[in-house]
Amino acid sequence: MPTNGNHNPAARPSGVRELMSASDVARTVARMAHQIIEKTALDTSSEHPVILIGIPTRGAPLAARLAERITEFSGVRVPVGALDITLYRDDLRGKPHRPLERTSIPIGGVDGSTVILVDDVLYSGRTVRAALDALRDLGRPRSVQLAVLVDRGHRELPLRADYVGKNIPTARSETVSVRLSEYDGADAVMLGAQDAAMHDTAARGDDGEARR
Amino acid sequence: MKHLLSIGDLTPDSAVDLLDEADRFKAALLGREVRKLPTLRGRTVMTVFFENSTRTRASFEVAGKWMSADVINVSAGTSSVSKGESLRDTAATLHAIGADALIVRHPASGAPRQVARWTAEMAQDGVAPSVINAGDGMHEHPTQALLDALTLRDRLGGIEGRRVGIVGDILHSRVARSNALLLTMLGADVVLIAPPTLMPLGADGWGVTVAHDLDSELPGLDAVMMLRVQAERMRGGFFPSPREYSIRYGLSETRRRMLPEHAVILHPGPMLRGMEIGYSVADSPQAAPLQQVANGVHVRMAVLFRLLVGGQVDA
Repeated sequence: MPTNGNHNPAARPSGVRELMSASDVARTVARMAHQIIEKTALDTSSEHPVILIGIPTRGAPLAARLAERITEFSGVRVPVGALDITLYRDDLRGKPHRPLERTSIPIGGVDGSTVILVDDVLYSGRTVRAALDALRDLGRPRSVQLAVLVDRGHRELPLRADYVGKNIPTARSETVSVRLSEYDGADAVMLGAQDAAMHDTAARGDDGEARR
Repeated sequence: MKHLLSIGDLTPDSAVDLLDEADRFKAALLGREVRKLPTLRGRTVMTVFFENSTRTRASFEVAGKWMSADVINVSAGTSSVSKGESLRDTAATLHAIGADALIVRHPASGAPRQVARWTAEMAQDGVAPSVINAGDGMHEHPTQALLDALTLRDRLGGIEGRRVGIVGDILHSRVARSNALLLTMLGADVVLIAPPTLMPLGADGWGVTVAHDLDSELPGLDAVMMLRVQAERMRGGFFPSPREYSIRYGLSETRRRMLPEHAVILHPGPMLRGMEIGYSVADSPQAAPLQQVANGVHVRMAVLFRLLVGGQVDA
């Protein structure tokens, strides 16, 4: 098991380290599913449906996996959607052009529901802020919660997640790459120096997640 | 990409990217309570139209407004152009006011490119507005071609290998020119069908087939694009009479039945019903003029997004 906070990027400037293996990711997703069931008091009679909405790219498959686990553990089917936040970003002027990702909202919309936003990495919080803005234009959920696989710190906005798979204290010069089999062939969470990262964080915007 | 002046500015990949982006805009707006995105907040988009237009201008205006841009419309009739101001001075004025994008329609071919060149020269801070060609003379109308391609892709599932007939006043049509360029670029087999007097010289060098007999082409087409017959040019002697034109090149109900069942009928509008297209044909399920209009908004959103977002510095 990797230890948090005691890595020394200076000693391994070009090294990329695995912080979570595929089985760690699977276990973490299962635990988060249990937490969601517990916290939202999920049952079939609930008058406020729970909807999982993933933030593309890697938040979307994570939302689908969480929904699968939730159904497995509780028997409740949770609608899943995806919400691209590119059009709501506050850095559109300064950053290179980025193509839009798919947005799909479950039939029935989000009004009156408990929406759980799902993303892979929580970093500055600007992606989440954009997602909240985007969500507001889609309707009025009863409440909004946030689930992330990795919280790497360095928040620039007053936001925190309701469900965190793993807290990984990092330096700003490092990158956290979440790899999922849907896109990358295998599941893993990697930590690397910025220049050695698989995905270039600087080119992607403010957040440390791999968004291509 | 700084400007969109011609389909020739695009590569096959960038054209497909734009169509995909338009599809994603459509998906992003679907089922929304608020059809307004903050994407272009603080940007100023000016439509500068020296010719009349309903669809193109309204479509650009809506596209800009749905992305929160400030959209200002300038028409030749209500601007200082009617007092004799030159195009160059108009462009300079709009640039000085602070336009981020100029959407230019002009009766002279090449006018938008000229505006792009002038504003680039004038830009003291190096940041000139993006210029979008919204139809220039007999030259091009690139966003119309993109929205037509999007409609064809929606209806037929793809463009590559499809046979598309473009029928009517090819000679004067910027829509035909842009479409012929784009559709061949995307792998379609394009056939231009018109009386010899309305066929541009050298059209057979565009990588398309040239034909004059509509009836013999119809059964082999996956899509037929009817062009507007420009009444203002009818007295020019390009064909003997509107009636004769209609009989030979109008898409009547009888002709519609000669098309394969899956074939799509496109028209860039405005339609002259009873002239180039039959009343019932224009309303048939095969006809897609309103889908073209709806797609126009998404295509123009994609174009504005591509040109105005991304922090590129003018070269």
